[in-house]
Amino acid sequence: MPDAYIYDHVRTPRGRGKPDGALHQVTTLQLATTALRALRERNDLDTRLVDDVVLGCVDPVGEAGGDIARAAALNADYGHHVPGVQINRFCASGLDAVNFAAAQVMSGQHDMVVGGGVESMSRVGIGASGGAWPVEPEIAVKSYFMPQGVSADLIATKYGFSRDDCDAYAVESQKRAARAWENGYFKKSVTPVTDVNGIVLLDRDEHMRPGTDMPALAQLKPSFAQMADMGGFSAVAIDAHPEIEALNHVHHAGNSSGIVDGAAAVLVGSRKAGRSAGLKPRARIRAFANIGSEPALMLTGPVDVTKKVLKRAGMTLADIDLFEINEAFAAVVLRYMQAFDLDPARVNVNGGAIAMGHPLGATGAMILGTVLDELERTGKETALVTLCIGAGMGTAAIIERV
Amino acid sequence: MKFENFRFETDAEGIAVATWDMPGRSMNVITPQVMEELAAIVETVANDTAIKGCIITSGKETFSGGADLTMLQGLGAEYARLARTEGEEKAVAHFFAQSRKLSQLYRRLETCGKPFAAAIHGVCLGGAFELALACHFRVVSDADVTRVGLPEIKVGLFPGAGGTQRVARLMQTADALQMLFKGEQIRPLMARNMGLVHAVAPRDKIVETAKEWLRAGGSAVAPWDEKGFKNPSGRVYSPAGMQVWPAANAIYRRETHDNYPAAKAILQAVYEGLQLPMDLALEVESRYFAKILRSKEAAAMIRTLFVSMQELNKGARRPADVPPAKLRRVGVLGAGFMGAGIAYVTALAGMEVVLIDQSVEAAEKGKAHSHKLMSDQIMKGRARTADRDALLARITATDDYALLKDCDLVIEAVFEDPKVKAEVIARAEAAMRPRAIFASNTSTLPITGLAGHSQRPKQFIGIHFFSPVEKMMLVEVILGRKTGSRALAVALDYVRAIRKTPIVVNDARGFYANRCVMAYVREGHRMLLEGVPPAMIENVARMAGMPVGPLSLNDEVALDLALKILKATKAQVGPEAIDPEQEELLVELVEKRGRLGRKNGKGFYDYPEGGKKRLWPGLAELQKTKLDPDTIDIAELKQRFLVVQALEAARAVEEKVITDPREADVGSILGFGFAPFTGGTLSYIDGMGVAAFVDLAKALAKKHGERFKPCRLLMRMAREHTSFYASSADKPARRKAA
Repeated sequence: MPDAYIYDHVRTPRGRGKPDGALHQVTTLQLATTALRALRERNDLDTRLVDDVVLGCVDPVGEAGGDIARAAALNADYGHHVPGVQINRFCASGLDAVNFAAAQVMSGQHDMVVGGGVESMSRVGIGASGGAWPVEPEIAVKSYFMPQGVSADLIATKYGFSRDDCDAYAVESQKRAARAWENGYFKKSVTPVTDVNGIVLLDRDEHMRPGTDMPALAQLKPSFAQMADMGGFSAVAIDAHPEIEALNHVHHAGNSSGIVDGAAAVLVGSRKAGRSAGLKPRARIRAFANIGSEPALMLTGPVDVTKKVLKRAGMTLADIDLFEINEAFAAVVLRYMQAFDLDPARVNVNGGAIAMGHPLGATGAMILGTVLDELERTGKETALVTLCIGAGMGTAAIIERV
Repeated sequence: MKFENFRFETDAEGIAVATWDMPGRSMNVITPQVMEELAAIVETVANDTAIKGCIITSGKETFSGGADLTMLQGLGAEYARLARTEGEEKAVAHFFAQSRKLSQLYRRLETCGKPFAAAIHGVCLGGAFELALACHFRVVSDADVTRVGLPEIKVGLFPGAGGTQRVARLMQTADALQMLFKGEQIRPLMARNMGLVHAVAPRDKIVETAKEWLRAGGSAVAPWDEKGFKNPSGRVYSPAGMQVWPAANAIYRRETHDNYPAAKAILQAVYEGLQLPMDLALEVESRYFAKILRSKEAAAMIRTLFVSMQELNKGARRPADVPPAKLRRVGVLGAGFMGAGIAYVTALAGMEVVLIDQSVEAAEKGKAHSHKLMSDQIMKGRARTADRDALLARITATDDYALLKDCDLVIEAVFEDPKVKAEVIARAEAAMRPRAIFASNTSTLPITGLAGHSQRPKQFIGIHFFSPVEKMMLVEVILGRKTGSRALAVALDYVRAIRKTPIVVNDARGFYANRCVMAYVREGHRMLLEGVPPAMIENVARMAGMPVGPLSLNDEVALDLALKILKATKAQVGPEAIDPEQEELLVELVEKRGRLGRKNGKGFYDYPEGGKKRLWPGLAELQKTKLDPDTIDIAELKQRFLVVQALEAARAVEEKVITDPREADVGSILGFGFAPFTGGTLSYIDGMGVAAFVDLAKALAKKHGERFKPCRLLMRMAREHTSFYASSADKPARRKAA
């Protein structure tokens, strides 16, 4: 079985996912094109070698619908022979796209594949693609559907994370992201988004609030309390975890991932394909895994999938230098660290989605690149990347530098 | 045209009026024959060019209560028979075809090309209202008695003759789901505001109003069959739909804990139906209807909450040889919370009440309770000031026992102390007419013992109300050893007059309901002692189908009372009759911590002033061990709550406290809210099969103790492959519990 190597990674900066965000005027196609084009240009990539483009996108409707990957590949001038496929595993889509790309390479059927993702949350809107899971009664009831934020509050309640615990984590995420930007840790991977004239629209993550402190966060009201009580979701949470008397609503805009726009692309290929393209591999994708987890808690999949992927790779936690877990909500990361008794100094060392935002379909590919840059910068070897996922799933990948 | 159940006349204008008036019945009901005749009427109207349109109305004092539920029970029996003889596949196909006939008939009426109107006075519910919904125009009378609605959900069914689809196309989805979930009876103006009916008119103008609609060219096309029809809430998959459906699904779980398949079928049928054209939508509704109609839950709920309850309400247990008593005046002794409630429900039923307490002030305080309850009704628009004045005028608050002389029945609700009871019994009997009946509302003292203080024990009986009296629909009528049949008849006539449901039980500690409740509460205590998180005890009890958790319930009743009863039982029956650890727990709470329950603001819960009650954090200290919630078998906790009560009910049958399974079932649901979807305590056992229940109880006994040991009666029934209902059907109807 051929190994799958990562040859390069690029991402756009993340724009605030609102009409006043810097990327709101940029179409989904243009966002994806920006990442794919940068990947092609900076590697002087002979796109004749590219067998497929796999892009994650969570709300693939309207301008993001109808296989955005093919449209973006064509638009980024990869040539008409490069096909594309759009995939969706909710919040992990970007990492799954890279894993799917790796799987194509490992299977020996393809040699070089681009994995990545795109989401213009400001233009398409979260939830725009609908879906049976929250709506069709049979599955919504069976799977204890509740909005992610309510599940995050359920996790905090069940595992004992207070509002202060979550806020403190958020402050740290902002601090780490700010420091990383200040020191140029992201410089290698972030490619600016420009207009048709080449004028820069955004070259920096726009969502960050570096000055955030505990008193500032204390001003924010819980985001999911009213929805949970009026919409019946508190009762759903308690039916699933009846040891809980009442949910502790700790999450708010300041300790949850930001809604943003962005895109990312990762070039994956076999050793041979890299040689043909004249590229040096940056890391090997050692293992990846997917898992389903308890759907009411919904966002604890990273714990389950980490155990699974470590086992598959024949590794232990001690073999991993850095952990990158998507900061969907503070409690998700806190639970992950609690479950494995992890030193926070090894987890999300350059901040995460609480500070910089979570462009749903792209995030997985973004944080994979972030941790790869950090391994290289610090001379470390291995990293585990994982994300929590709607409906109770987890995706993970282990990379090691070569 | 001649029909048996309808008068069918067409006037000179070509307007046909089909007057539904079934011979030999006080109420119209949908039967196979009614369906046949209605089909013929539809075809006549459709094919006779001289007929412009048709109005359906009733020749009775009221429109119709809907389908004959025993007809649906019959369908179920036929299915079971076919499944045995022809196989499951054929049986289901046949059942589906049969169970959708009413829906198809209504659809034919709706699309036959001629306009139909329904002119409704009185109640028009269930299948009858679905008929009205299929008509192109609906007018209801403005009378106080007129109600429309789809109450099917209350017996574990759902409106399966187009009700879900038509309601969902008449109003916003959220409103439609709420209406279908609640199954409420809706008053005329509200019905019009909701868009369920087109017009409200005086009773003698309803048919004329419908005629005017026809004359003005009333359309024969339903709104949803018009081209370009849009659902009031738009598409299911739309931003508006996303506001409705996830919450509706969650609220379904909140309200049912997923125990009621009919409620989920409503959701699913509306969800699917709104994405389909009407004919397919109705077909899908029919598919779910056929499934729900065959469900264990529907069968159990129809039997207990419709058939049995109606039989008990009609006096199934009343001695037939005693002529009906017309109660004019009732004495109530003790104007505390219970007495005041009894006075209210009695006066509400039109009887005169003599409400007696130690002082006129105390009696007046009890009467003030009626003033408050009526004022609440007035505020809600359900009563008029004149109603309140008339009701209060019927209650005489006094301290004078002499006023009992004209009472037909006297009910005592004084302090639960044998000495106090003995005193009031003597004083009352001294004033009462010789033939008047004396009843005790005691919940803890045996009736036979109290009757010992009576000069006329044959006329002494227990009438046990549940709290709060005005809300709780069950009354336990308790026979003392010497209670005579006239006392029973009068008690049942009284219960009927106040429109509550009676069960007749023999005298025993805790009678029927309370002994089950005590077993339930004790199980909560046991779980607490085992180390189950307190919130889990409470939540899982509700998930099992109980209305209130055992710890909450105990707080409401008062912990010191629970301890008192326990100590009394220990003193009277012996230490082996009680659970020492339970006693220890209650002693700790009541005597060492001063936690008495809601009444002093601290029990298992804390009751902060003006705030929401929260479980007392100190409970953790009382738990010697604490279990990891993720390792607890929640399904087993649920079973323990239901099994422990069902076992107590079976013991009550074995001890002949309860003699009729209908009473055990109805009593358990109305009296203490036993998981209604099971059909009640004994239906729960029958539903699982006695043998399976015995196995379950034995397994629980092995793990959790003797209290789960099945009684001899159950063991015998399991061996003989019988059931409570099968064995009760063998016996002739009993006139008297014995």
